[in-house]
Amino acid sequence: MFGPGFWRVGRMMNQLSEVQNLQREMNRLFSGFTQPFSHEFPPINVWLSKDDAVVSAEVPGIDTGELDISVVADTITISGSRDKDELKEGESYHRQERSYGNFTRTLQVPFQVDAGRVEAKYDKGILRITLPRSEAAKPKKVTVRSE
Amino acid sequence: MADEKRELQKKEAQSSVETERTKSRRVYVPKVDIYEAKDAIVLVADMPGVDEKSVDITLDKNILTIAGTVEPEAYKDHSITYSEYDTGDYERAFTISDEVDRNKIEASVKQGVLRVTLPKVEPVKAKKIAIKTG
Repeated sequence: MFGPGFWRVGRMMNQLSEVQNLQREMNRLFSGFTQPFSHEFPPINVWLSKDDAVVSAEVPGIDTGELDISVVADTITISGSRDKDELKEGESYHRQERSYGNFTRTLQVPFQVDAGRVEAKYDKGILRITLPRSEAAKPKKVTVRSE
Repeated sequence: MADEKRELQKKEAQSSVETERTKSRRVYVPKVDIYEAKDAIVLVADMPGVDEKSVDITLDKNILTIAGTVEPEAYKDHSITYSEYDTGDYERAFTISDEVDRNKIEASVKQGVLRVTLPKVEPVKAKKIAIKTG
């Protein structure tokens, strides 16, 4: 879920220790040829402004018909699936590193979303969803009066 | 702690001293599938953010290099508050065997997925040598 201070986790991903990288690599090697999506797929970024939030996700090679986005109050769910290339008889993999299968991500933004004005675009394998703030959730300016 | 165990979606390329880039941007190794069919070897790479204009495929001797450039992501008046991935360029190289027909390599990009078809050379037909009677 999404909350204050949590974004640091994403920023620190590149500084994982060698041991963890090795462990991950070992897991990959012993997991066999095919690997379904890890539960953190697709990776997402969240951008905030005073009017809306933009959620972008790297989901290459997906049919837009296979993507399902739903918004309830302040929670957005992205789900979909990516099919594996079906090999014909006599064809064989040299390498198989890409993942396939079903995925679901749920994310909470820090305001109520105007669900009727949500827009989603899919371009070059990147999904971008704009979540406008509902009128009630827009920042209000408070003026301070001196007495 | 649980968050540290998450799978890395993108693997950053190892930089080597010999090929330092002039642009100080991150470079990622795209994940690929390579499969062999009867008449071709097909390479499929996940390169989100890349289109047909921003991808480069070069074949030098027997090294096939795929490279893609991605524009940094930015939205006007927005600031990033949560991040699980970073944008950067892609680069990866493979050695290919002599059985690939270099003149017929084809590539296409669709929805951030690059597909390169490397057709195999047709097997040399046995040549029958006629023997003349002397």
